[in-house]
Amino acid sequence: MTTETTGTRQAGVSDAAEAATSAANVQAAPGAAPSSWEHSHVLDLDDFTTDEILTVLDLTDRMQEVLERRIARVPALRGHTVVNLFYEPSTRTRASFELAGKVLGADVISLSVATSAVQKGESLIDTVRTLRAMGADSIIIRHASSGAPYLAARHTNASIVNAGDGAHAHPTQALLDLYTMRSHFGDLTGKRVAMIGDISHSRVARSDLWGLTALGADVVVCGPPTLLPIGLDASQRPDHAQQALPPVQIETDIDRAIEGAHVVMALRLQSERQQGGLLPSLHEYALHYQVTAERLARAQPDHLLMHPGPKNEGVEIARDVAAGQHSIIEQQVTNGVAVRMALLSLLALGADGTGAATGEGGAS
Amino acid sequence: MEHSAGDAVGTAPGPVLDAAGIRRTMQRLAHEIVERNGGVEHLVLVGVQRRGVTLATRLAGFIEEFEGARVPVGRLDVTLHRDDLASRGLRSSPQPSDLPDIEDQHLVLVDDVLFTGRTVRAALDSLNDFGRPHLVRLAVLIDRGHRELPIRADIVGKNIPTMRTDQVQVLLEEDDGRDAVVVIPGGDRA
Amino acid sequence: MTTLAIHNGRVIDPALGRDGVADVVIVDGRVARVGPGEGDAVVEADRIDATGLVVAPGFVDLHVHLREPGFEYKETIATGTAAAARGGFTTICAMPNTDPPLDRRSAVESVLREAESSGRVRVLPLGCITSGRAGAELAPAGELAQAGVVGLTDDGDAVADARLMRHALEYATRFGLPIAQHCEDPALVFEGHMHEGWVAARLGLRGRPSSAEETLVARDIALAELANAHLHIQHVSTAGSVALIRAARERGAHVTAEVTPHHLTLTHEEVAFAPGADGASNGDGSAYREIAYHTSAKVNPPLREQHDVDACVEALRDGVIEAIATDHAPHAVSDKEIEFDLADAGISGLETAFGATMSLVHEGRISLPMLVERLTSGPVGAWRLDQRPGLEGLGTLSPGALGDVVLLDPDAEWIVDPDEFASMGKNTPLAGRTLRGQVAATVCEGRVVHAQAGVAI
Repeated sequence: MTTETTGTRQAGVSDAAEAATSAANVQAAPGAAPSSWEHSHVLDLDDFTTDEILTVLDLTDRMQEVLERRIARVPALRGHTVVNLFYEPSTRTRASFELAGKVLGADVISLSVATSAVQKGESLIDTVRTLRAMGADSIIIRHASSGAPYLAARHTNASIVNAGDGAHAHPTQALLDLYTMRSHFGDLTGKRVAMIGDISHSRVARSDLWGLTALGADVVVCGPPTLLPIGLDASQRPDHAQQALPPVQIETDIDRAIEGAHVVMALRLQSERQQGGLLPSLHEYALHYQVTAERLARAQPDHLLMHPGPKNEGVEIARDVAAGQHSIIEQQVTNGVAVRMALLSLLALGADGTGAATGEGGAS
Repeated sequence: MEHSAGDAVGTAPGPVLDAAGIRRTMQRLAHEIVERNGGVEHLVLVGVQRRGVTLATRLAGFIEEFEGARVPVGRLDVTLHRDDLASRGLRSSPQPSDLPDIEDQHLVLVDDVLFTGRTVRAALDSLNDFGRPHLVRLAVLIDRGHRELPIRADIVGKNIPTMRTDQVQVLLEEDDGRDAVVVIPGGDRA
Repeated sequence: MTTLAIHNGRVIDPALGRDGVADVVIVDGRVARVGPGEGDAVVEADRIDATGLVVAPGFVDLHVHLREPGFEYKETIATGTAAAARGGFTTICAMPNTDPPLDRRSAVESVLREAESSGRVRVLPLGCITSGRAGAELAPAGELAQAGVVGLTDDGDAVADARLMRHALEYATRFGLPIAQHCEDPALVFEGHMHEGWVAARLGLRGRPSSAEETLVARDIALAELANAHLHIQHVSTAGSVALIRAARERGAHVTAEVTPHHLTLTHEEVAFAPGADGASNGDGSAYREIAYHTSAKVNPPLREQHDVDACVEALRDGVIEAIATDHAPHAVSDKEIEFDLADAGISGLETAFGATMSLVHEGRISLPMLVERLTSGPVGAWRLDQRPGLEGLGTLSPGALGDVVLLDPDAEWIVDPDEFASMGKNTPLAGRTLRGQVAATVCEGRVVHAQAGVAI
């Protein structure tokens, strides 16, 4: 699906009235206009329809083009204030949001809150309300507690964007992953995506799973049994909850997971997992779960290698493949800015403004 | 004002320009552009998405017929530069911008209808992101008046007097299946 | 001489096998006579017309957190006992996880003094198993028994050390006290915040597995059998625990158990989804599209799965679990309206217990007399509270028993509005829901301590 061609162009109209109606339709929806957008917050992809995801990805194409201009700056969000509220350290996600806001002409403020300064969390609601009172239109939240952005969203009418909450979700990372994959494959239907590593604690894996399955990809997750969450496997859910999580194949054998994969994504392994008794050692982990050139030989010949970063080379991913010809890890980072531009502008401007339409639509 | 088909049926007049009229007007515009430029050297046509792009492409075709030279055509989307974006929303998804090198070129901005002038202002802003042309001229198929900004067209296909509330629709074969310019009278502000 | 006559209600007194329309006459705080027309024979009395209502012994709750001393911003003895009265409870057992904890005589005595002066209903405190609830050394069980505790518990935490637990069980036999254990192995719980299962997987929350409860239930049953002691399993929540307790009882072990209204009626889906969300209802899972992090449903042990709920109901029916206990755990808004993993666990349960558990009666899963039994003589028998001086006949309406009576309207529908709670704890997942079954009035030792508007007194 692209923005260029849809069925909205109507030919063969016979009289002026019909022609006018037809033209009005064209103006209201010139080539897949982002009519599919119902969100005042972006908390996860679980409540995104396939059309909504495509709306974001299509708009990301346009934003990518803006970024390639000699002067990459447009005034679309002039007068909007975007606040980065980061309770966990992050360089790339935070920088990516900052850049996205600035390219769109928004005022961007970044706050890092040392976790030690957070007392029992009541400050999250206070902080969000205070920021809103000071004029924040969008608040980007990264937080160690799963669900923290949902709490914030209940207490403010600013738009909340989840930039990673605990082990729950990371929807903007998932969208940039989807965008990156789509730019290589065009259509993800039937593509096999293997995510390897610490599935239990991975917010990226959860959000990717929702997004990938919405776009028709087949997902296999693979990790040691200690790092696979109970309940992800459909057989561990009662009948009525079969569709409460996306369908996914679960493997503990990396070779079986990679077999025939179009995309292999290695997930970051936190060294704490070893201390938690979930792993004997990083060496042992690497032995059984490191994505290596040898293992990738089982994947499709034109497979893509991805990693949400920051990566531990030599642990979850071998150094040579991380820098190898199939690796698109750098592109993931680059695409992050455009995806976040698309989200920020959709949140701030909506897909359908309130403006009247007299004679507008490119004609003035 | 938006109009339902029902409103339009009762009052729909014939087109103010039919296909032949549009063709003649476009040919004249092409001649004027070349004439004002003193030839095709440094000439770059930039259409404003979406119908301006179609018109610019046609103009380039006519110019090639007359002059035997291919003039570069660019397309420019101004959505993200509009001053009414907050009230309009991303109603129409931004289209790609794709411009040839415009540095020091003689750029002719092409659009279908000149009305308030706000699209042209956004287009001039947006051009800054791509480079600094030597000069910019504005060519439009229809000028319907009611400017809200100090902007005028250098080359006009046809001036059409309208009410503020009327709608002017430019239909083009490539986009809409046929060529016509129609005016749909506005309703309640006679 | 003060007399209260309760006229013409359907008297359900399970311990005595009574179920029929009768009057209850209470003289000077004790039950005098129960029978048809008995009230008419009394010349001078306060009277309640209970026509159309069920009249039962006052409810007994083995598990209540009153928070005083130390956490008066969450609840006080005054507000907690007022909540009990509204919930139909006339006897409540207070957990010792206060600050200071009830691990010495003076602390227990001060709670009893405060209950005497500000309590709306009877308060029976428990003492700690270990000093400071630290799980390292035994608290002085004998001293605590003399001060008046009715059991020992480190509730909120389990006694994790098996050897210490063994000795606690052994030592308590000398004083005839039950050891009430919060069965969740802290090592298996680790940093879990809800039941480990598909909802936790969906929410990205670390889980508390059922096995964290079951391993301790199994261990403590073995230790109780070794010590020949009385083990009481608090708030049973899993099918596995039920099976273990059932087997132990069949072997003759002295193991009793309680279950909460929430573990009898709610599942882990409460944490994430709107009430009534059910993928089966529309078949496409769309009911599960939108998630939330409802801290009001965060409780320890956590809400489990439907088959666990079913096993608990079955155990309640069979008598394997003899008591419904609320585990009333009031919290301030500032403890709950925060990030899920930082929020305190617990549900304010006293005022919804009857309405919530009546759903089991309306669904035909247990009878009304059985529900009353599990709220009265069931818990009393579990801890033999009626063998304590002054508490003879507790949980029944036998002549001479304490004049504790609850009037129930089993079919009255009402909407749970925590703002109307007497409890300071507004934390309930039932807020806004309609319950069918309401406490119309509560009488404690012959005094009306709660009456709904419209009850004729």
